[in-house]
Amino acid sequence: MSEVIVITSGKGGVGKTTTTANLGVGLAMQGKNVVLVDTDTGLRNLDLLLGLENRIMYDLIDVTEGRVPYKKALVRHKKFETLYLLPTSQVKDKSAVNPEQLVKLCDDLRKEFDFILIDCPAGIEQGFKTAVAAADEAIVVTMPEISAVRDADKIIGELGRADKDNIKLIVNRIRPQMVESGDMLDMDDINDILSIDCIGQIPDDTMVVTSTNKGEPCITMEKSSAGQAYRNIVRRILGEDVPFMEFQTEGFFEKLRRRVFGK
Amino acid sequence: MIESLMKLFGKKERSGKIARDRLKMVLIHDHANISPELMINLKNDIIRVISTYMDIDQEDMDIALEQDADSVALVANIPVNRVKHHK
Ligand SMILES: Nc1ncnc2c1ncn2[C@@H]1O[C@H](COP(=O)(O)OP(=O)(O)OP(=O)(O)O)[C@@H](O)[C@H]1O
Ligand SMILES: [Mg+2]
Repeated sequence: MSEVIVITSGKGGVGKTTTTANLGVGLAMQGKNVVLVDTDTGLRNLDLLLGLENRIMYDLIDVTEGRVPYKKALVRHKKFETLYLLPTSQVKDKSAVNPEQLVKLCDDLRKEFDFILIDCPAGIEQGFKTAVAAADEAIVVTMPEISAVRDADKIIGELGRADKDNIKLIVNRIRPQMVESGDMLDMDDINDILSIDCIGQIPDDTMVVTSTNKGEPCITMEKSSAGQAYRNIVRRILGEDVPFMEFQTEGFFEKLRRRVFGK
Repeated sequence: MIESLMKLFGKKERSGKIARDRLKMVLIHDHANISPELMINLKNDIIRVISTYMDIDQEDMDIALEQDADSVALVANIPVNRVKHHK
């Protein structure tokens, strides 16, 4: 049984594409056949994060408009050979693909792949609606920040209206120090407010940037804390029960204050 | 003495908590933005339930969501013509 998962967020720039690339690599490392479909048409990025930008011949629009069969447009990853990318067009816009076309494409892809991950554009307009239409499940990515959580809530509402009930949450770019000092929304706040099942808590990590620079997702980097968080998410997607990692570091004064004044 | 110590240790409200409280309020407002169709369905359901107990003036009744800075309330004004006999 294959799973079609859309990675979405509402607010832009919270880590959808980074998450799609990392989970794709992670699932492939576990031996799964994976295809990543970039639906952020006009703003092609997923190819860069995977280091595949020089191998693109055809794109999603060529496939949906019937110019080439999907197999011709798939780009195989250099290192992880069960991972493929279906890149989008850099010149067309989001209206170039409609929901029916994407549903049909994903039904074809199901025959060959265990996981089909759809990288969704920001916003709640047509591009979002198209990306969501084809999915069995949704992963909502947010950040511990007031506007990102509000937009995640909005997206969860929209997913409900589209009858997508299988929704998981990833909170990205957590800064443990700020959570510790009480200057960042913490996981309890976010779980309480959004009340959907959380499958990932990812720290802010400079290795996300350096790995993006190189076109090698951080999940492959042993020392990356975000990479570790992504490895845990992959295991959870595959049905394992993995405890959330602790990255709260309590400073000396914080401890003292708690001793003296209570919580 | 204790108070000045508390200040020293930063016992004032932290921005994370302020964010949480603001977020909770703004989401109540976001969610309260319900469609006219849903309001009509709600109104009809309320009429049906109340009508088993009393005659109400459906023309003059009024149901609305009222929002102010820190709360949202469902406010109904339903004129009663006659209370039905208890069975
Ligand atoms: N955990 C992290 N730590 C540090 N930087 C991060 C982290 N996650 C994402 N970033 C950075 O944030 C930026 C936005 O990430 P990304 O492109 O994945 O977001 P997006 O949701 O796909 O954006 P868009 O809405 O534009 O498609 C990138 O520069 C990325 O490197
Ligand atoms: Mg993106």
